[in-house]
Amino acid sequence: MSDDLQTLVDRLPGLADGVLVTLQMTLGGAVLAMVVAVVLGFGSRTQSLWVRGPSRVVVEFFRGTSLVVQLFWLFYVLPQFGFKMEALAVAVLALGLNYGAYASEVVRGSIASVPKGQWEAATALNMTWLHKVRRVIFPQAWALMIPMLANLLIQLLKGSALAYYITLQDVNFWTVELRRATADTIFSYTAGLLVYFVIAYLLTWGMNLLEERAKRRLGRGTRPSLREAFGLKPRAMYAPKVPEARGAI
Amino acid sequence: MTTTPGDVPAIEFQDVVKRFGDNTVLDRLNFSVPQGQRITLIGPSGSGKTTILRLLMTLEELSGGLILIDGDPYTHEYKGEKWVAVPERRRRVVRNRVGMVFQQFNLFPNMSVLENIIESPVHVLKKSKDEAVADAERLLDKVGMSEKRDFKTNELSGGQQQRVAIARALAMDPEILLLDEVTSALDPEIVADVLDVLREIADTTDITMLLVTHEMQFAREVSDRVLMFDKGQIVEEADPETMFTNPSHERTQAFLKAVLGG
Ligand SMILES: Nc1ncnc2c1ncn2[C@@H]1O[C@H](COP(=O)(O)OP(=O)(O)OP(=O)(O)O)[C@@H](O)[C@H]1O
Ligand SMILES: [Mg+2]
Repeated sequence: MSDDLQTLVDRLPGLADGVLVTLQMTLGGAVLAMVVAVVLGFGSRTQSLWVRGPSRVVVEFFRGTSLVVQLFWLFYVLPQFGFKMEALAVAVLALGLNYGAYASEVVRGSIASVPKGQWEAATALNMTWLHKVRRVIFPQAWALMIPMLANLLIQLLKGSALAYYITLQDVNFWTVELRRATADTIFSYTAGLLVYFVIAYLLTWGMNLLEERAKRRLGRGTRPSLREAFGLKPRAMYAPKVPEARGAI
Repeated sequence: MTTTPGDVPAIEFQDVVKRFGDNTVLDRLNFSVPQGQRITLIGPSGSGKTTILRLLMTLEELSGGLILIDGDPYTHEYKGEKWVAVPERRRRVVRNRVGMVFQQFNLFPNMSVLENIIESPVHVLKKSKDEAVADAERLLDKVGMSEKRDFKTNELSGGQQQRVAIARALAMDPEILLLDEVTSALDPEIVADVLDVLREIADTTDITMLLVTHEMQFAREVSDRVLMFDKGQIVEEADPETMFTNPSHERTQAFLKAVLGG
């Protein structure tokens, strides 16, 4: 066991590299997923069949096919058509499209649950469509979608472990290498487990901060939740009665 | 109607038709509102009062006919020998002259009271922020909400929210203000506050107003004319005194009796 620990300590620099790759995929994938989600989420809501149709098809396609197959296809098949991408770019693209398809449903649902009166009031104030969405509708929908997006982000993180199979040296790769070096399956995979858990914990923590902030903007009091009780959430800062500094939009 | 020649009506409905599916709500409705007049629409539930205001605010699309604002066709233009819908960009020009206050207030909860009011003056009318804030503060004062300037909207009571919503509509400097049962969602004891605000606006501005209300006393005080609707048609049209004390039409008599509990 102490040998195992020594091996692990020796491999910490490798872990740092692995975490970096995992984070690059996760955050890159998340940003792309969000862009895809907003485009497809709004696309699925429009009146025009020419926009709505393709949006639905793309969503169903990426939700309906497996992430591994998408990764393999982009990495091994696409080059045969003359498009060769780096492994990291492939991973970000596949994760972004796949989770973007799921997240688009979250965006669509959250947009739909903003009361119709908000759109109408914005029309009565003669706002353009983009203005309504950007300043009125999306900020309200955003508060609703964060918890669900947080779940997807964690799934995306876990999904990123598949990128090991397209040669990326991420946390999963590091775990496999650790097992090779120690020949101790229990030890190395437990170590891998813990690393993913810590990353997931930090991501959840970050998303909770975003949620707090979004809710405070809507003037909704934050109350301690079960997750806070278990320390998975930073202690809620109770919304002070003094309004937020203006211009903090 | 009683427009003096040369004076273009603020609002004119020409053969307006509105259908929801098979349900024809307005069937060739014609009426006009002279500049600066206050018109109250009364009538039983489902008679189409809200629909009229929503059409004016372009929250609904016309099924037929035409609405003119200051003599300009608003949502349609005559092109190639038929009326076609004008693009949103054109509608926005006319829509700037129309404001609306809703029964459910519809303030934006992601903004403070002040931000609610200055949002469109700054981003739609392109006023400077300082000017918009100064105007907003003046309006907040007018509606008695100065102290709540930096509050979130859900920290306000219904009556307070509605007063902010009125200020928000006025901040766009509308020529026409549409008020759809703006006190119906409020507790009885705060209805008076909101009506006071509206009374003051009626007294101190020359905004053309089209209001739907069940507050008959208020309607009687502020309106120049009252239109009684039933099934999307004007049943009777009179000055408020006549309408409320001596209506000639049987359906008006029955309706007022029911509403006033007399
Ligand atoms: N979005 C809609 N879809 C279908 N039918 C509608 C819609 N909006 C209104 N209607 C119908 O149009 C008719 C007129 O409704 P409207 O809301 O204009 O009446 P109103 O005079 O404002 O009534 P109330 O006094 O109850 O507010 C009703 O029969 C209603 O069912
Ligand atoms: Mg109505």
